[in-house]
Amino acid sequence: MRATRTLEIGTGLFVLLGFAALFFLLTQLPANGIRLAGSAAGYHVTAEFDNVGDLKSGSPVTMAGVRVGEVEAIRFDSRSYKAVVSLRIDSQFDRIPDDSDASIQTQGLLGGKYIGIGPGGSDAYLKDGGRIELTQSAIVLENLINKLFASFVSKDSSGGQPVGAGSEKDR
Amino acid sequence: MSARPRDSLPISAIRVTGQVALFLLQLLVQCGAALGRPRLIVLQIYNAGARSLIIVMLSGLFVGMVLGLQGFDLLQRFGSEDALGIAAALSLIKELGPVITALLFAGRAGTSLTSEIGLMRATDQITAMQVMAVDPMRYVVAPRFLGGVVAMPLLACVFNVVGLLGAHLVGVQLMGVDRGAFWSQMQGSVVLNDVMEGVVKSCVFGLACSLIAVHSGYTAAPTAEGVGLATTRTVVASSVLILLLDYMLTAAFL
Repeated sequence: MRATRTLEIGTGLFVLLGFAALFFLLTQLPANGIRLAGSAAGYHVTAEFDNVGDLKSGSPVTMAGVRVGEVEAIRFDSRSYKAVVSLRIDSQFDRIPDDSDASIQTQGLLGGKYIGIGPGGSDAYLKDGGRIELTQSAIVLENLINKLFASFVSKDSSGGQPVGAGSEKDR
Repeated sequence: MSARPRDSLPISAIRVTGQVALFLLQLLVQCGAALGRPRLIVLQIYNAGARSLIIVMLSGLFVGMVLGLQGFDLLQRFGSEDALGIAAALSLIKELGPVITALLFAGRAGTSLTSEIGLMRATDQITAMQVMAVDPMRYVVAPRFLGGVVAMPLLACVFNVVGLLGAHLVGVQLMGVDRGAFWSQMQGSVVLNDVMEGVVKSCVFGLACSLIAVHSGYTAAPTAEGVGLATTRTVVASSVLILLLDYMLTAAFL
């Protein structure tokens, strides 16, 4: 009797553990899974961007390179055609001036996006539900490259020297 | 019962394949009947699954930690160590989880299935059952097969989760990758299909390992030497088959 009890408890634990692991893999890993992340302490501010690039919820929010919070949600405002990003700032960083600016930056060349906050000079501080007015959107690398090529082409057609071909003409 | 030595190698290979296929058919017929005896299957899930849990979790932890370390070192050269979450999660759930768990499963559970059934044959227990008109396929082989089939995918899931924790431990706690970036990039890039690929793979591996284990035990020569040979055959055949199936399944999912 005792042996069957251990057997059943052992098997039950194993099956439960296995299904818990499966549940975790199915819901927590994929982008289309269900989030169960608990809301940690902190206060919330929003910022509007023209383009968030591949910023994701959970991306870090930094000031002077130090992590102060994270992106909690990104939604699209259909009236202003902008992306509204809500940030959760840890409650210990409660002295961020309310005229600070937020910009979307990239970690390394291939890294993910994060939000950098540059401090303003105001005496009033950001509070829960506050809004960051000054924002700078994500830089889309393809657009930059397109602009660069476009400037080459326009120089060429107006008779100017392309930047890279100068040494050739000097010979 | 087994391939005769005077058959040439290709012929005997074909013959063994045919034997295994026929054995599988017989087994599937008996599985329905075996489901009427859930207690036997529970016992086998315990033997094959619950008792392999420690070794699977330990291996998963270290595989995850190695992934965290190697991935960090590699990604750091490109300045994109935040992608560690993606690298670790995808390699774990799609490849390492199912394959390593299946190899461990073949070594830990498969060998014990083979030697158990082989010894039953060597000590005439199986013949005794047949004499008493008790079908050994139904009462001995089918529950063990089903237990293995159920246990293997669950073990692979546990391996994956523990591996992710290991990668998190090394990447985030030791190497200082940002926690939010680790998880958010991982969650942003892994899709449901990737998880399903891992689950399907582990189910297929579980089926293959269990089938090979019970078949080679059931057809073992009824001697001490025969049981030993059958156990070795289980490990070798399972390992090769797992890696072969892994390639085929990966190609099918791409």
